[in-house]
Parts: sequence; C-alpha cells; structure tokens
Amino acid sequence: MTVATLRQRVAAHRLLWPVLTLVLLLAVNAIFNPGFWHLQWRDGHLYGSLIDILNRASPLALVALGMTLVIATRGIDISVGAVVAIAAATAALLIGGELVVKDGVQSHVSRVPMGLAILAALALSALCGLWNGLLVARVGMQPIIATLILMVAGRGIAQLLTGGQIITVYYAPFFFLGNGFLLGLPFAVFIAAAVWAALDLLMTRTALGLFIQAIGINPAAARVAGLPQRLITVAVYVFCGVCAGAAGLVISSNVKSADGNNAGMLMELDAILAVTLGGTLLTGGRFSLAGSVLGALIIQTLTSTIYSIGVPPEINMVVKAGVVFVVMLLQSAEFRRAARGLIWRGAAA
Amino acid sequence: MAGAPVLEARGLTRRFTGVLALSGVDFRLFAGEVHALMGQNGAGKSTLIKVLTGVYPADEGELHLAGAPIRPSSPPAAQRLGISTVYQEVNLCPNLSVAENIFAGRYPRRGGAGLWRIDWPRMHADARALLARLHLDIDVTRLLSSYSVAVQQMVAIARALGVQARVLILDEPTSSLDESEVEQLFAVLRSLRDEGLAILFVTHFLEQMYRVSDRITVLRNGERVGEYLKADLPPAALITAMVGRELSAAATRGAGFAAAANESAPTVLAAHGLGRRGHLQPTDLALRRGEIVGIGGLLGSGRTELARLLFGLDKRDSGQLHVDGVAVRLAGPAEAIRHGLAMCPEERKFDGIVAELSVRENIVLALQARLGLSRFLSLARQREIAGGLVRTLAIRTADLETPIALLSGGNQQKAVLARWLATEPRLLILDEPTRGIDVAAKQEIMDQILALARAGMAVLFISSEMGEVVRISDRIVVMRDRRKVGELPGDSSEQAVYHMIAAGT
Repeated sequence: MTVATLRQRVAAHRLLWPVLTLVLLLAVNAIFNPGFWHLQWRDGHLYGSLIDILNRASPLALVALGMTLVIATRGIDISVGAVVAIAAATAALLIGGELVVKDGVQSHVSRVPMGLAILAALALSALCGLWNGLLVARVGMQPIIATLILMVAGRGIAQLLTGGQIITVYYAPFFFLGNGFLLGLPFAVFIAAAVWAALDLLMTRTALGLFIQAIGINPAAARVAGLPQRLITVAVYVFCGVCAGAAGLVISSNVKSADGNNAGMLMELDAILAVTLGGTLLTGGRFSLAGSVLGALIIQTLTSTIYSIGVPPEINMVVKAGVVFVVMLLQSAEFRRAARGLIWRGAAA
Repeated sequence: MAGAPVLEARGLTRRFTGVLALSGVDFRLFAGEVHALMGQNGAGKSTLIKVLTGVYPADEGELHLAGAPIRPSSPPAAQRLGISTVYQEVNLCPNLSVAENIFAGRYPRRGGAGLWRIDWPRMHADARALLARLHLDIDVTRLLSSYSVAVQQMVAIARALGVQARVLILDEPTSSLDESEVEQLFAVLRSLRDEGLAILFVTHFLEQMYRVSDRITVLRNGERVGEYLKADLPPAALITAMVGRELSAAATRGAGFAAAANESAPTVLAAHGLGRRGHLQPTDLALRRGEIVGIGGLLGSGRTELARLLFGLDKRDSGQLHVDGVAVRLAGPAEAIRHGLAMCPEERKFDGIVAELSVRENIVLALQARLGLSRFLSLARQREIAGGLVRTLAIRTADLETPIALLSGGNQQKAVLARWLATEPRLLILDEPTRGIDVAAKQEIMDQILALARAGMAVLFISSEMGEVVRISDRIVVMRDRRKVGELPGDSSEQAVYHMIAAGT
C-alpha cells in the first residue's frame, strides 16, 4: 500500500472524526492539567485521570451500545435513563444489607443472594425493553412515543420501589461492580468491554448485522425478503433495556445507593449523543459499535475537561453544548465542504 | 437545419466512483428541431442531460452555446443561459396557483423602495400570455392541483420557457399522460420548434419518438453510437443501435411449453377460494412446474393483490393454499420463502432494493433470511453467490460492493431478481418486473424468465404491458374488478384477452 492510498483510506474511514475529536480533547486536557497522562500504580491498581475517564464512561458506553442497535433499526429509546433507575432501585432494594458482627467476626449479609438480585434487576430491565419493543413492533407506535411512556412511568416505578427514598446499600461485595479492580483496571471497564466484544462477535459471525441494517434502511423490503423483522426489532429493544439495566447496576454500585429520582437522569440524551458522535445516523441503517464507544469516551472526556479547566459549574452545560455543536459540525461532510469553499474563496480574494 | 448548432458538446466524459457514465460524447442540437435522445437504462441519457443543465460538471470535454463556450454550474445558471429543463417528475407546487408556479422565485415586482410589492396583475397577464403560446387557456389564479397532470406538464413547460429559453430539454415528458394528452403535448412541441426553439427529448416510447422528432442521437454504455435523421433510422435499426446486437425475437415465442406437456406436470401451488375482503374476491388458481402463468388484467384488476396474498404479504380471510398438495398457512413472506416461493414486488424502490447496502448484500439477503441468523454465509461464499448471479444476469455494476442505489433502474431490478434466484425458488412471482426499464433490459429479463421456466420453475408473471404477458405466458389468467373472469391459452392474442376483460361481468 502506498502512502497516498493509505492517506485516502484513513481520510475516508468513518471513525476518523470521532478519533480526532477524542485525541483533541485529550490534548486540551493535557495542556490544562500537566498530570493528566500520569498513571500511578497503587495498592495493586492503576490510578490516574485516564483511568477515571474509562471508569466513568463505562455505564454510558453500555447504554450507548444498546442504543446503537435500536437506532440502526430506525428506532430510538428514550426510556434508558428510567430503566437505569429501575435496575438500580431493584438491586438496592433486594440487596440492602448490613454488617453483622457475630462472635467477633464481621460478615456482610444481603437480604437476598447478590447473584439473584442482579439477575432480578436485569430481568426487570429486559421486561422494560420487551414492553418498548412490543409497543413499537406489534402495536406499531412511533419509537419516540412508545419509549416516552416508559421514560415518564419508569421513574415513577423506580420511586415506588424505593418508597421515594434514597436506598443505601451496605453489602460490601456489591461495591465491586462499580468500584472494584481487576488486573489493575476498573471492573466496570471489563463489563462494557465484554458486552462490546460479544456484540461485535454477533455482528460479524452471524447475519444479525446484515439484518439490522436491512431493516433500518428499508423495513418494507426487509419484510418481503423474509427477514424476521418484528422479532429482531423486539430483540434490540430488549437488549437495549438489558444494557441500561447493567449500567444501572454499575452506577448504583459506584455510589453505593439507589436514587429513583435522579439515577440515570438525562442519560438517554447522552447515549443518543454518543451514538451520533460515533457516526451512526439517526435515520437508521449503517451503524458502528466502535463509534458509539468512542462517542461515550468523548462525552466523558469532555465532562472531565470542563472540570479540569475550571469552568464555573453554573455554566458548564453551556460549554458542553457549545463543544458538542462544534464537533457535530466538523463531522458533517457537507459543512466541511462548505467551510473549505469559504476558506478557498477567502484565500483567493 | 443549416448553420451552426445552438448547443454543442464535444468529448463529454463523466465518471461516478469508477464507472464511466459518459465517455467522450459528442452531441449537437440545432435551432428549430426536435431531437430525441435514445438509449437503454444506464446508457448515459440522464447523465448527459444533467451535464448539459449544470447538475454535474463534466470531468472532460466542452460545451458551446451558440458558438461560445459555457460552463453552467447549476440548473438555474443553465436556465439563465437559455437552457431550460422539464424533469420526469413534475416538480411544481400543487398548493400554489398556476401563475405562482410559473413565476416561482421570480415574481414581477412593483412599488418604490426596493420593489417590495408583488405585481399580481402583471404576473397573471404574463402567465396567461405564456400559456397562450402553448395553446392553453385556463384560469391562472386557480390552484395547480385542480388541473390534470397533462395541464401541470404544460405549466412546467411554461415555467421553463419563462426565461428567454433557446434550448428546451424534456426528460420522459409523456410517461404520465394519456394518448390525447400526448398528442396535445406534441402539437405544442411542434409549434415551439417552428418558432425556432431547439428541443431535446428523452423517451422510452419508440412510437411516440418517431411521431415527433426530427433527429435522433443514440447512446450506449456511455458512448455515442451515432446521430441520425429520423428517416434514416427505422425501428429495427434503432433497437440494434441501442442494444448493440440484433434482438432475438425468436426467444420469446415458441419457447413456451406445449400445453399438453404442462397438463401432466405436478402442481406446485394451488389456491382454492383465496380472497380478502376489499382486495380480492375468492379466486382459484393452480401453478404447475415449469409453467409461466400470466395475469391479464388492467391496473386495479386485483392482480397485485393476488400476488401479495399468494406470498403471504397480506392476510387472506378466505380460502386455502396448497403447496405440493399439502395445505399450508403462509402467514408471512418468511414462511412462503421456506416453502420455496419467491416474489419480486411491484415497487422496486419501496419493497425491493435496500438502497445503502451493497449489491452483494442485497443479493444474499433473502437466502440468508431463509438460512437464519446463525448459519451465516461467509464473505467468500456471499461473493461467490452474488458474483455468479451478476454474471448470469449481466448486471452492470462497478463491483459487488457498490451500493445498489448507484445502479440504473434495470440493473437494480435484475439484482432484486438475483436475490430471489439465490434462494433457488420453485415458484417465482414477478409483479411488473419490467416496469420503468428499457427495451434491452426487458428482453434480457424475459429471456431469463423463460430459461428459468424451462429449468422447471413455476412463474406467475404480472405486467401492465399486455403484449409481454401474451408473448411469454403458457396460460393467461384474466382478471377484472378484483376477481378472476377466466383463463386463456398462451397463444391467445392481446385482443382475445381484452375481449375477455370487456365481456367479463
């Protein structure tokens, strides 16, 4: 491969702009915060800003992966934030837990076995996804309306579960999900990576990727070609629900509590943004899992940047919006062409 | 036709992602002539028009208008130069008045301070004058939607003529007009020609082309085959020029099975009292192995509804279906495909192609759907299947990874056909497989259908062109008013079919 064709291939690669954006954000961070790249080995773990970003981006990456498939089928799921809250509340309620000292030996006791609680939370999330999927594929509702129902009702359900209180978890083993380390890296990163890897295998080793794209691009033609269109549509919403549930577990484990009112607040918007930043179009069809993971990293890095460069907290949303706006413009081939035209004309004049 | 041409192109070349759409095309258009541009789908007609009207720039070559070199950068720029275009789909605003449509974007103004008021009386008077030139006397203040498609077409022409047009380009202007409206349009074209306008005209209808044009330019595979006076190019020579070989007329007739041989062939699919309220009255139909059954019926006769019910696309509310003599449910396309059925639906764009997917992905889609998620065809196997069908059906594409949307209409249709052939069906339902594609591609598809039937496939063939139905079918099922009115043997004449439609009550 010659240098020229390599350059062309890089320039045409769909992940070019997400990667450039992330690199740029990391560079800005490094300028304002000299210790940004610094990684430290302490107590058998890695510590540093980069590790923090990875850790915090994990729940968002999980939700964004589920959202990617929904968006690829021309849908959208704005109930994921509520599902995060439901899963968190379920797990916290079932585990609860206390520290018992018996005969001078401390031991942690959970209300129901932790595995069972986690399974229950994920099952309830899958049920939420099933509800969404059936409304879209069977009843034929517009996805945004269908999932709006659960977005509104879901928070109510979560608060019902928690009795309107913030439930605190005292069962220490549960904290591992959101705070633990494996091989020196945060455990949450492994969860997100495992889901990504599994999805990627599904997409490349089975026909699922082809089917999802065909359904997203032309549902009518997909049906005539004999694709199990409804089944796949329901399945992606269920999967999206499970992803949101897993994110909810990580988040509640991280903060050692569940807040039905605030857990996963506005997460649906960040997830949609992550998918879009990764280059998947909201009109469905072609999608990129790696792009969505990059999108989640971009959003988390941006959040860190805003803190590290000392933007006053009351205006940080404005700054975030501004950066997102610029990044979106840069990602648009049409805008880049127009901008190039302006620059050329300016240079010629 | 003496003197220099009004519009002249030399050596126009245009590439699209590696495919040569136009290759060194020369073209001349004289004042006071109607010039027909002929060619198959994918021959480069649309591309040539788009280069002439500034939609795309040419990669190479030059354009001259009245001797001066021009480089129109957009359709409005071309229009300012005097090159006006009326596109295939009438692109006017039905919710505006006729006059507003004619002057959209360039309303006459009056009043002081920057002419901020629209001069309605002048606009209406000018619109009436323009339409009078087209022998049309209508109320220009009424909404465009209150007039027929033919009148809307005239308004589109009036809009194109509004600026000082020297060249008028019409892309398939007659495709939505009936016979008397076509004649009306042609009368207008002739009078505009006599006024000295140069008219370029694209059509698929040979007979109409011969009625109105003076000269003919034929394109094939992006190259100019030649420029002819109408008198020098009889229809047979024209088709040979377009196709590049003699049409095999013999392939169509006499290739059908002898009726006697068919009687004994086993029945693949049988319908008894198949119906759906509001769509199709209970209908009986049997399709045998190796047999082509044509549906003779007009638009709205229930022929598409029948096809959709057979394939499980719509739910039947009466009757039974038997595949190989066994009763089946056929609740959806997936189930129909498992039983060896296949269907190319009527609307290629809406029900057929998956636009952004590649030719390869489009071709393997139905086969993969039947295999299911887990038995995923390897990329090598997909390429082998798709590549084989691309060769068999002579699908013209840069490569297997080209998005199908970039193919011409005829090639898209062949790719959809390939998708079904990949599933090796026993019964193929074709709803309008030749609509909107050119003569040669039609012929190729018809040849393919005959070959498939000879190899033992049962075919249900639906087409608006009765000539095609009569030519290809072993048996013709005649339909009218959403029910079957009778059957005719394959060698019946078009007249016989129409007669049965007319008589059927």
